[in-house]
Amino acid sequence: MRLDILNNGYKFGTKLLFSIIKLVSGYPLPDAARLVFYRPDFYGNPAKQFTQRTMRGPSSWSVGDRELMAAYISRINECTFCVKAHSAVSASAYGDSDKIEKVLTDLKTAPIDQRLRATLEMLGKLTREHVIHANDVQAAMTAGVSPQQIEDALAVCFAFNVTNRLADAFGFFVPSDDAFEAGAKYLLKRGYA
Amino acid sequence: MKTGKNAGSYEQLYHNLLNRILKGKGDSSQEQRQTAFNNTGLLEPLSTLINKVAHHAYKVTDSDINAVKNTAVSEDQLFELIICAAVGQASRQYESGLAALAEVTGKGGQHAS
Repeated sequence: MRLDILNNGYKFGTKLLFSIIKLVSGYPLPDAARLVFYRPDFYGNPAKQFTQRTMRGPSSWSVGDRELMAAYISRINECTFCVKAHSAVSASAYGDSDKIEKVLTDLKTAPIDQRLRATLEMLGKLTREHVIHANDVQAAMTAGVSPQQIEDALAVCFAFNVTNRLADAFGFFVPSDDAFEAGAKYLLKRGYA
Repeated sequence: MKTGKNAGSYEQLYHNLLNRILKGKGDSSQEQRQTAFNNTGLLEPLSTLINKVAHHAYKVTDSDINAVKNTAVSEDQLFELIICAAVGQASRQYESGLAALAEVTGKGGQHAS
């Protein structure tokens, strides 16, 4: 990462934990996880609580749906690390990697439910143009998306519009696909907290 | 009431994050963090870096970071200011979405402070 403190500035116990994780999993801890261990009181802890609630808390969107939203938002922000990470989690949750690829390639023709497509279109516009209006929300609701589902999706959008920016500004290392697969298993089992 | 690691309302958890990074202790001043969050009124070279974080973070380079470090901004200060810039832009977008939703449903759902 571009700041030395994010590479070497951790306390002894945290460095020991990083070593144990590498020993057990076979992979270094991804930079997204390392970031939240640096001065966790400032950013890591409150960010993890929001993200955990958003991605694993109560919602009528499935975990696969929410991870797909994260991957789609990341694609619009051109954040390579997050596209790969959350495509892997979504594919694992759905048991279908082809669907993720089709959504990221062409949302209009991808084989997904109309409500999810309409929601992704709304999130895409918000991420690309930085603003949406009542007619954008109304379009999603006309497709059958409930107000609560829209609120849930907007929370996902906030979480990943923060994370994408930090990934690219701090310069997260993009590891191998195998490492992302291992990370996906961890995120599905343990979540973000 | 739901308890455990999935607990809490979006609104409460969102404000916890904003309050911590903007109002809590830090190596940079609260004014500096608020300015980075707002992405307004910054001097160069910090202005270029923060604007990139807000609007096209994938274009941030080592040179952008090093230019700010050469102005005696510490890495811990930079860590805080980059986080504030990222959260600031994401929050403006989030609150735009919440306001649009509130307009459609007729409910006051905006979290803006």
